[in-house]
Amino acid sequence: MPSKQEIFEKIRTCLVEALGVDEDEVTPEATLVGDLGAESIDFLDIVFRLEKSFNIKVPRGELFPEDILTNSEYVRDGKVTPDGLKQLRERMPFADLDAFSANPNVKDFGNLLTVQDMVRYVESKVGVAA
Amino acid sequence: MRWIWIDKFIEFESGKQATAIKNVSLAEEHLHDHFPGYPVMPASLILEGLAQTGGLLVGEHSRFEEKVILAKVSKVVFHFLAVPGDTLRYTAVIGSITEGGARVSATSHVGDRLQGEAEIMFAHLDDTGRAKTLFEPKNFVFTMKLLGVFDVGRASDGGKLIEPPGLAALRAEAGLERVQGSGFRVQDAQAEQRVQGSGFRVQDAQASTTDPPRS
Repeated sequence: MPSKQEIFEKIRTCLVEALGVDEDEVTPEATLVGDLGAESIDFLDIVFRLEKSFNIKVPRGELFPEDILTNSEYVRDGKVTPDGLKQLRERMPFADLDAFSANPNVKDFGNLLTVQDMVRYVESKVGVAA
Repeated sequence: MRWIWIDKFIEFESGKQATAIKNVSLAEEHLHDHFPGYPVMPASLILEGLAQTGGLLVGEHSRFEEKVILAKVSKVVFHFLAVPGDTLRYTAVIGSITEGGARVSATSHVGDRLQGEAEIMFAHLDDTGRAKTLFEPKNFVFTMKLLGVFDVGRASDGGKLIEPPGLAALRAEAGLERVQGSGFRVQDAQAEQRVQGSGFRVQDAQASTTDPPRS
């Protein structure tokens, strides 16, 4: 089982290669979209790299729940509804949604996911050494 | 001018890898501008050829049900210049493929020498208005036959690659009829107009649209 540090380092390598950023830009607090400049196709690239690097499967929508954010049932007037937020929390236990919940504009969602969230996500997939 | 930057497939293994060749010739006009007195195959067009090799491989995997577009080049490196007389051999290998898209590793060789390498991402477009305008069935079907994919193709079970069932419908939609033997004939006169508009002489256009591309 890999350690937290090993998981972070592998993810950092994935992000450096997928996004063309420098290693020192990839900090745990960095947001993928805002700080590292990820675009939608980059998420697919990152998912492929994570799958290969950690030998895991990342089902579509698990890391970035675009299906919820584009579902009219869960989005009203550009904001995620309480039901939608509940779905997001269930789907993304690895992400901190508290700040987003206070003002859940869909357009701000892209700026929510951090490197640390991704580390937690991978930990939930592969387990982590104590 | 058709935007086809590979000459033919020499190997096609469905869902896995494909190899195409591109002959670089002084008859290609762009070489005389790139550069005057020093003709070299533009690296951007080698990348296009690699992407076409990979793109057709990815498209065939879904039996051409998905619209495949080049979305991102994560990495591309060229090691030396390709010049007239060279035969470039493009090999594309599918690394990952899902319903969202695919990642392909591609290389370009001249003989045994590695000339270039690239990591290419393809995305599957949903079937919205924009996707429809981007893809003309005529060009697509014509290209597939022209390049001989179905002549050399092998399915993932090792059997011969067969034309996807949707091809006949696409062919009808595109106004292409099957010519005896192999190849297609372009029925409408508009095609000639288009070719003419892009700089070819009408005589050439007629020759290229009435002759079967392969004998």
